[in-house]
Amino acid sequence: MADLSVSAASPAGQSQTGKIALRWSLYTLLCLFALFYLLPLFVMITTSLKSLDEIRTGDLISLPREVTFDAWRTAWSGACTGIQCEGVRPYFWNSVLIAIPGVAISTLLGAMNGYVVAQWRFRGANIIFSLMLFGCFIPFQVVLLPMARVLGMMGIAGTIPGLIFVHVIYGLGFTTLFFRNYYVSIPADLTKAAKVDGAGFFRIFWSIFLPLSLPIIVVTVIWQFTQIWNDFLFGVSFSQAGTQPVTVALNNIVNSTTGVKEYNVDMAAAIIAALPTLLVYVVAGKYFVRGLTAGSVKG
Amino acid sequence: MTKWLEENTPKLVLAPSFIAILVFVYGFIAWTAWVSMTRSRLLPKYEIEGFIQYDRLFASPRWDTAFGNLFIFGTLFIVIAMILGLVLAILLDQNIRTEGAIRTIYLYPMALSMIVTGTAWKWILNPGLGLQAMVRGWGFEDFTFDWLVDPDMAIYTIVLAAIWQSSGFVMALFLAGLRSVDEEIIKAAQVDGIPTWRVYTAIIIPSMAPIFLSAFIVLSHLAIKSFDLVIALTGGGPGYATDLPATYMYAMAFSRGDIGQAASSAMIMMLVVFAIVVPYLYSELRSKDG
Amino acid sequence: MANILKIEHLFKNYGSVEILKDINVEIEQGDFLVLVGPSGCGKSTLLNCIAGLEPITGGSLHIGGQDMTAVSPKDRDIAMVFQSYALYPTMTVAKNITFGMKVRGVDQATQDKKLAHVAQQLQIENLLKRKPGQLSGGQRQRVAMGRALVRDPKLFLFDEPLSNLDAKLRVEMRTEIKQLHQRLGASMVYVTHDQIEAMTLATKIVVMKGGVIQQIGTPAEIYNRPANLFVADFMGSPAMNLIPAKARANGSGTDIQIAQDRGDPIVLTDTKNRDLPEDVILGVRPEDIGDAAMRSGAHMQEAECLIDIVEPAGADTYAVMQLGGKHVTARLHSETNAAPGNAQRLAFDLGKVSYFAPDTGLRLN
Repeated sequence: MADLSVSAASPAGQSQTGKIALRWSLYTLLCLFALFYLLPLFVMITTSLKSLDEIRTGDLISLPREVTFDAWRTAWSGACTGIQCEGVRPYFWNSVLIAIPGVAISTLLGAMNGYVVAQWRFRGANIIFSLMLFGCFIPFQVVLLPMARVLGMMGIAGTIPGLIFVHVIYGLGFTTLFFRNYYVSIPADLTKAAKVDGAGFFRIFWSIFLPLSLPIIVVTVIWQFTQIWNDFLFGVSFSQAGTQPVTVALNNIVNSTTGVKEYNVDMAAAIIAALPTLLVYVVAGKYFVRGLTAGSVKG
Repeated sequence: MTKWLEENTPKLVLAPSFIAILVFVYGFIAWTAWVSMTRSRLLPKYEIEGFIQYDRLFASPRWDTAFGNLFIFGTLFIVIAMILGLVLAILLDQNIRTEGAIRTIYLYPMALSMIVTGTAWKWILNPGLGLQAMVRGWGFEDFTFDWLVDPDMAIYTIVLAAIWQSSGFVMALFLAGLRSVDEEIIKAAQVDGIPTWRVYTAIIIPSMAPIFLSAFIVLSHLAIKSFDLVIALTGGGPGYATDLPATYMYAMAFSRGDIGQAASSAMIMMLVVFAIVVPYLYSELRSKDG
Repeated sequence: MANILKIEHLFKNYGSVEILKDINVEIEQGDFLVLVGPSGCGKSTLLNCIAGLEPITGGSLHIGGQDMTAVSPKDRDIAMVFQSYALYPTMTVAKNITFGMKVRGVDQATQDKKLAHVAQQLQIENLLKRKPGQLSGGQRQRVAMGRALVRDPKLFLFDEPLSNLDAKLRVEMRTEIKQLHQRLGASMVYVTHDQIEAMTLATKIVVMKGGVIQQIGTPAEIYNRPANLFVADFMGSPAMNLIPAKARANGSGTDIQIAQDRGDPIVLTDTKNRDLPEDVILGVRPEDIGDAAMRSGAHMQEAECLIDIVEPAGADTYAVMQLGGKHVTARLHSETNAAPGNAQRLAFDLGKVSYFAPDTGLRLN
């Protein structure tokens, strides 16, 4: 697919300068789009480094005249979310406490489920898989009300374990899908050979499939981490004052009506909330994209 | 006993997840469907009363706005994101030297939470200190860009932010599709002297039909579930101007204490998703079993 | 000697589709059984049933005198070599070979000893530390064999083990498998779609089609006395000529009359077979038609045939003609003077021909 523009010159023949002009406009266009995507991030960062005075007098895209980290300090440990003024710090840790077990459990279950569906087909396995797959697509609004009641009955309403539970349940469809699609491409002969060799269900999983799974584990972990970290709906519906995740806290800071609007603090808090997933994206972008596309174009 | 265990281990392993999905997805849908047929208010009631909640829903001007907004938002978001994604993918497909870096820039918003996206755009679009103020500061005193606080235009700010967040992802999908077209077909077209743009319109794009479909499914799914972005960017306001079914449902469930309305609006959302996703999933699973 | 494998009335269904119908096979210690047939004939399914990888719908299956019908693969005392080799990709060659022993809790010293023995036997000592991804096709094949050999089972199962190799390597490995079989005296069941492999390796061949056994026999029996038209056509290359003909009794035997496209019909007199129905299909192998000048024998019958095509193939020359409305191939000496368009006097060895009924396809003689 490479070189289409270069090698497929029309028979009429573009002039050399025409070609160069085309190339330049192409790059210019690409850069303009890059600016469009970068502008919000740029504005967030510069705003977070300005003082409130400078924000009021200066302009949106100007660089800070005087760099100050006050807003970051406030956002981390002093900003008010409603009545409490502890910054996003405690909520950041809530998100960590929700995300880590949530990711680990849903990935592990997804791996086992995918292994069963792909390699141990039994009557009805496909129907079960289809039903699980469809669970990925429901609008979660349709489960919010009963879930709130069930969490209450289980005694984990408004707790971090409650949120972990919710994220695991509604993450299962996707994690199963990921592993299933990965394992289905592994020849069934491998399982057969191991059976003849005397290995059982768990032994085959542990000794043969798991060592093969690193790429898909990375994809799944990144996907689930991004989903859980960025979640707002479950967080706002099933948490209470002390257990809110960082997205909910951020929204509360930004939309709190008390006192002066501190845009620089809002921006710093937003960057803090975005940092973990951005970091994952920068470090493992390849796997991130693979997860996104795997989730939509099923392989 | 060991023999039985050995034979049924796979089923036993799958069982907990399956039961969980059965209860927490399908059971819950059934519960919501049931409650949507009752007079539930603050607390659920279980006597079936027919479609009164749906009658109330369709008579409610707020729901009217929300549902109408879903169509405006959904259509614009899907169409523009697809076109933009396709254009970006084709531009990037021209043997660009810095492709990796540019792709990274186009796609990073997808890693952000909608709340972060909403917060950022809310700041940029606020008329007092954002874009409008900046342009006025450059000397264009009459410049007006106050969509965020204009009830007629606020929904378009949500479209803008949503496109900013998701179009890079559509680009990634299309780029993968462009790269998977059989190279020999393209070479054959080049040998035949077919101009580049015709290669795209006549050969490459038609062969990507499945990717258009996937992109459409994912985007419509995102559109229907959109909740965080509205909450963070406009809070549903000004007034109810930017309410979507998702925010309507949430308001009814958690601030208005009207469970019946929440349940019936959730069911309508569910039906819209059903209408789009079920044929797609069905055909996907069909083709894979064959 | 005891039966090492005995399959009685085996049926296998997938839902309502019958894959295997009433399979009865038995082999003795040291037999090399080849299951051969076109793809989709059920031969691989049968092998999987023997391995216990597929449950059977009806019938019974004994290995080494024990009823194994419902026993899981690991307890059947079998080893299997797969078409894709199915080497564990994350394990080294050594670990691949010893995995089965490790799972079964064999002590390390025994593992090492057996590994060394098998590695030496197959000449793969220098590969032991590599991973399957770093091996060539032929080397993978050896490792897959090693994994089976090291188990020293009652029964070896091979599922088209050579079909992923290139032509030259395939012939080499075929010889090697044969040597191995002779040296070990082991019992083997081998699936292939390649009839040459079947002929060269087997002590006993099962020809299958559509889930039904067509014929069981030694390679010579299958080749010389095919039980029906399908077996006659499937086994042998070039295939057996199957020529519609008319049989008419005469005093000393039977006159076989075959129409020629041009010219008079030819008549051959069979002194060996009598009581044939009027309509028959004459089955004659290409090597049983030769230059009249160079062949002689008790049942030789000569006839003038119009040659259409001459195909020199090195050691032999094949001549193709139209007999009974069919292309018929004769295997002639490489120095034959047969030329396209000319008539040639050919000798048919009626002592080796087969007759089939046109309607049922079954053998008549």
